[in-house]
Amino acid sequence: MPAPWQEILNKIDDYRWEIPQSYKEGMLVPGLIFASESMLSHICEEQVFQQVANVAFLPGIVEHSLAMPDIHWGYGFPIGGVAATRVKDGVISPGGVGFDINCGVRLLRTNLTEDEVRPKIEQLVAELFINVPSGVGSEGKIRVNKKELDEVLIKGSPWIIEKGYGEAEDIVVTEEEGCMKGANPDKVSIKAKKRGIPQLGTLGSGNHFLEVEIVDEIYDRDAATAMGISETGQVLVLIHTGSRGFGHQVCTDYVALLGEAVKRYGINLPDRQLACAPVHSPEGQDYLQAMSCAANYAWTNRQCIAHWARECFIKVFSKSQRELGMEQVYDVCHNMAKIEEYTIKSKKETLCVHRKGATRAFPAGHPDVPNIYRNIGQPVLIPGDMGRCSYVALGTETAMKESFGSTCHGAGRIQSRSAAKRSLRGADVAQALAERGITVKAGSIASLAEEASQAYKDVNEVVNVTHMAGISRKVVRAVPLGVIKG
Amino acid sequence: MDKDFDIVNHTADVSIIAYGTNMSQAFANAAKALFNLITELDDVEEILYRDIKLTAPDQESLLVKWLNELIYLFDVEGIIFKRFNITQFNSTRLKARSYGEKVDSSKHKLKTGVKAATYHMLKVDKDNGCKVQVLFDI
Repeated sequence: MPAPWQEILNKIDDYRWEIPQSYKEGMLVPGLIFASESMLSHICEEQVFQQVANVAFLPGIVEHSLAMPDIHWGYGFPIGGVAATRVKDGVISPGGVGFDINCGVRLLRTNLTEDEVRPKIEQLVAELFINVPSGVGSEGKIRVNKKELDEVLIKGSPWIIEKGYGEAEDIVVTEEEGCMKGANPDKVSIKAKKRGIPQLGTLGSGNHFLEVEIVDEIYDRDAATAMGISETGQVLVLIHTGSRGFGHQVCTDYVALLGEAVKRYGINLPDRQLACAPVHSPEGQDYLQAMSCAANYAWTNRQCIAHWARECFIKVFSKSQRELGMEQVYDVCHNMAKIEEYTIKSKKETLCVHRKGATRAFPAGHPDVPNIYRNIGQPVLIPGDMGRCSYVALGTETAMKESFGSTCHGAGRIQSRSAAKRSLRGADVAQALAERGITVKAGSIASLAEEASQAYKDVNEVVNVTHMAGISRKVVRAVPLGVIKG
Repeated sequence: MDKDFDIVNHTADVSIIAYGTNMSQAFANAAKALFNLITELDDVEEILYRDIKLTAPDQESLLVKWLNELIYLFDVEGIIFKRFNITQFNSTRLKARSYGEKVDSSKHKLKTGVKAATYHMLKVDKDNGCKVQVLFDI
C-alpha cells in the first residue's frame, strides 16, 4: 500500500512538496511542506496533511500553508506549521501560536572547554537541578506580586534585568529585545495571572530542558566567530522553555472566546481548535495584546533561568561571569504570531505570521536583526533531542521569499509519548545516555522515556533539509554533556 | 460499562476516550482520565473538595471548559482530584463537586504536566452508550 503522502503530495524538488488546493474543498491556498523523501515516509498519519490543509482555510491566508521538516501531528495547526494572513482582511488564530506562547530557546556561550567541564559535570548538573526549578507543579524561587506581574507582562525581560537578573547586553540579543510592544495586562484573565505568579522562573516539564553542551562541528567559521563561538569543544548552555501556565491559560481563554467570534464573523473552519477572528476585530486585537503579555512573561522566564544557570557556573568553577565569558548568543521564540512586512507578488503586504513550532529566520541586513548580527543574519536556535545534538543556524533571503522568514524549530516527534514509554524504561534511557557521557537529571524518570532519541526524528536530517532548501543555513552543531529535564 | 476510559495514541500529545452510561458520567470519567495522566489516582485520598459551576454555548465546549477548569485548579491550588460528583448536567450547564487532595510530593509521583484540553478531534457521542473524546496538550 502506498504511504499516505505518495497519494497526496506533488513533488516540486527534493525538499519541497505541495499539497494541492484540490486536496480538500475550502482550502484558500495550497500547502507546502519542506521535507526530504525519506522524512515523509516517517509521517505515517494522514492527519498531518489534513492539518496543513485545514490551516489553508484561514481567511486572508497568503501563498501557502507551510510546514517545516520537523512537522508532526498537533492540534489545529500541525507542529512545525507556518501561516501568514493579511492584516487588512485576514484572521489571527490562537491555535496558530499554541498553548505555550513564546516557547523558545536561549543560548549562552562560555569560554570553558569540554576538558574543563567534563570532570565537574555531575556537580554542575546537580547544582543546576537544585537552582532551576523544574518538573510538573514546580514553583519559582522568585515571587512577584500582582503589580509586579503586570510590569513583567508589559516590559518583558528588560524589567527583570533591571532587578539584577542578567546583563543589559542580554536585551539586544533577544528577539524583540525581550518585549513585545502593545502588551496589555487588562486583556489577560485573572485566572491566567493566578497561574502565572507562582510559575515565573520555572522550566516546566515535557520537552523543556536546560542543557550543557559542547560544540562538535563548525560549518561557518566567520558566522560562528561573530556569535563568540570559536572552537570545537567550547561549552554552551541551551535553555528551552516558554510562558508556563500563564500562556496556557491565555490560549485556553482566547480559543474559547474566538470560538464564539468565528460564528459572529461567519468564518467556516474544519477544526474548532483553529478558532480565529479578524486581526483588526476587537477580539483579534485583544488576543494580540494578551499574547504579547504571555510572550513577555516567557522572555522574563528564560531570563531568570539564564541568570541562575550563570550563578551555578560561577559557583562550580569559582570564576566570575566575566572570566567565564558567559554571554548570551541569542534568544528566539518558536510559538508566536507577529506582524511583519513581506513582498507578495511584487507588492508590500503587512502580514500576521503564525509560527507554531517554527523559528523566525531573518536574513542579513534585516532591520529586526540585532546590529551585532546584521552582517550575518539572525541566529536560529534548533534544539534536538537530549541524545543527539542541537544546531545554531542563520536566517536567509530564501526564507524571506518562501517561508515568511521561518525555519524549523527542533527535531519533531515520530513516536507518541505512550509508545515511547511502552518500548523504553526511563532508567534505561538514563543509563544509555550515561554510557555515552551524557549526565541527565530529571524530575520524573518516566518522562525520560517519553523524551528519548527514538521518539524523535533525527535533527541532523531536519536541519539538513532546511539548509539544502535554503530557508536557514547551518553554522554550529553541539552535542549534549549534561541535561536537566522537568 | 467495564472501563471508565482509554488513552489513545497521538504523536505529540495525549488523547482520551471516556465512557459512561449517561453523558454526565462520561464527563466525570474524562476528568478521571485527565488526573490519571497527571498521577496514580490510587495514591490520592479524598480530603477536600471544590465546587465548579459552568455554562458553555454547546456540549463540546462544556466538556473542554470543564476539563480546563480542573487543569486550572491543579495548576493554581495544586489539587489532584479523583472523584467527580456531577449534580446538575445538561448540554450547556454543569454543576459538580470534585474530591481529592493537595499534591504531596512524599506520596504523589507527578507523571505528566497537562497544558490544556483542546477542541482538536473533540467528540461527544450519545449513541451506543455515552462516549467523549478529548485531546490534551501536554
